[in-house]
Amino acid sequence: MSLLSVEHVDARHGLLHAVRDVTLDVAEGETVALVGANGAGKTTLLRTIAGVHRPSSGRIRFDGADVTRLAAHRRAKLGIALVPEGRRLFAEMTVEENLRVAAATRRTGPWTVDAVLEVFPLLKPLRAKRAASLSGGEQQATAIGRALMANPRLFLLDEVSLGLAPVVVEAMYESLDDLIASSGTTVLLVEQDLGRALRAATRVVCMLEGRVVLEGAASELSREQVTEAYFGLRATA
Amino acid sequence: MNWLNAVVDGILLGGLYALLATGLSLMFGVMRIINLAHGSLALVGAYMAYLVTEHIGISAYLSLIIVLPGALIVGYVLQRTVLERSLRSGELVPLLTTFGLLIVIANLLQEFFSPDVRGLNPGNIGNASWQVSSTLSIPWFDALVLGISIAVLGGLHLLLKRTQMGRELRATAADAETAELVGVNARAVYARATAIAVATAALAGVFYGMRSSFDPTVGPDELIYAFEAVVIGGVGSLWGTLVGGIVLGVSQTVGAQINVQYFALAGHVVFLSVLTLRAVAQSGAVRLSWGKP
Repeated sequence: MSLLSVEHVDARHGLLHAVRDVTLDVAEGETVALVGANGAGKTTLLRTIAGVHRPSSGRIRFDGADVTRLAAHRRAKLGIALVPEGRRLFAEMTVEENLRVAAATRRTGPWTVDAVLEVFPLLKPLRAKRAASLSGGEQQATAIGRALMANPRLFLLDEVSLGLAPVVVEAMYESLDDLIASSGTTVLLVEQDLGRALRAATRVVCMLEGRVVLEGAASELSREQVTEAYFGLRATA
Repeated sequence: MNWLNAVVDGILLGGLYALLATGLSLMFGVMRIINLAHGSLALVGAYMAYLVTEHIGISAYLSLIIVLPGALIVGYVLQRTVLERSLRSGELVPLLTTFGLLIVIANLLQEFFSPDVRGLNPGNIGNASWQVSSTLSIPWFDALVLGISIAVLGGLHLLLKRTQMGRELRATAADAETAELVGVNARAVYARATAIAVATAALAGVFYGMRSSFDPTVGPDELIYAFEAVVIGGVGSLWGTLVGGIVLGVSQTVGAQINVQYFALAGHVVFLSVLTLRAVAQSGAVRLSWGKP
């Protein structure tokens, strides 16, 4: 059975219809990459799943239970963790405090402050530093660590590579691959870089103008197929 | 009276202002609510103590055992029923809501307690003072209030820095949505913050009531002093609030030393000066070259 089911979900920003009738299933242990151009509705879909954006219609099930009307903090307590776009750290709090806020989920598991620092050793000397004083890569590591502290069953990552140097992104994905492989966490990630998305994920879902236009196993989809769907070439051709 | 005594009195009086201002600063820091009913809630605390002392016959100090938990409940319920709704409608609505609350509280107090002037008995300590020298005496009661004020601020500081509740509070203040994403119930955090704010206001109100008499209309006066202390000390800073309270207190007592009528005026003048200086400093450099090409 799937861990997450998104059923016919519509989400709007005022007049903008950002997510249109999206249906999506993610099975336990799967890593799904959500790709698509800017404004395709990826971020809104993740935020709707995490509970900080209310869908205008449709249903979201997590582990069989309907969570559509559940507040974001309740979903976090069930094990849905989002690394938000733009990192959104608590700027005036230290790295360690940022991590420890997530103890609010009261979820126990392998992820503790020490475990996060093991995976992201670059944070070790920075644990008492204000988050605002960190570099982009350090902030992103803290943001990922903060979400991990919730010991999630479903890990949502929104463009973790945005605005980071390629070397940093490479290192970040290496640690991500490791922790995904070792913990068996289910992952739904948004990634602009198609090559990286195809490598990291077991399945790829492509969105265009709010709709899912292509879906398939990462190993079976060619780069060309995804590119076509990405830019909506088939629709115009 | 002499100058030294005036300054010492001002510092001690600053303790009361800081206590009065703490909750105002907390609510603004966490929720961006400027609680115009803050002074009125302090006054409610004083009237609650008055009721308890009249009916149970215990001292005003002991009445805090009942008043403080009562104020925590009032704050929690107030947030959950009234302020939470108004917060959802934008930044200005809470301002209107708390202004309305101020009027409602003043009228309810008038209805239940009549417009008569009341007071709380500070006990023997109210008149006692420590004669340091022929020119300097320190009133025990005011020193006690300053001590309690420092203890409350210190306690809040520890709560915010050292506990999970404090971390959740600071995280919510910084970014409520992201706090929700890591499992923090932002609305519950808001309710706790308001509960603490109202409790500190009530505590200040009870001491205010022991220091001077009160009637149902003095809420806004208390609000102004609290507000001035917060602005002078810097918004959102706990220890700044103490500094702000002390600066305000010293301004008033030193002003009164010049002329008794300058007590309130001197405080307002210092407040306005700080506000103006800060505005100038924030706008960058003063344009001295205006008029030139």
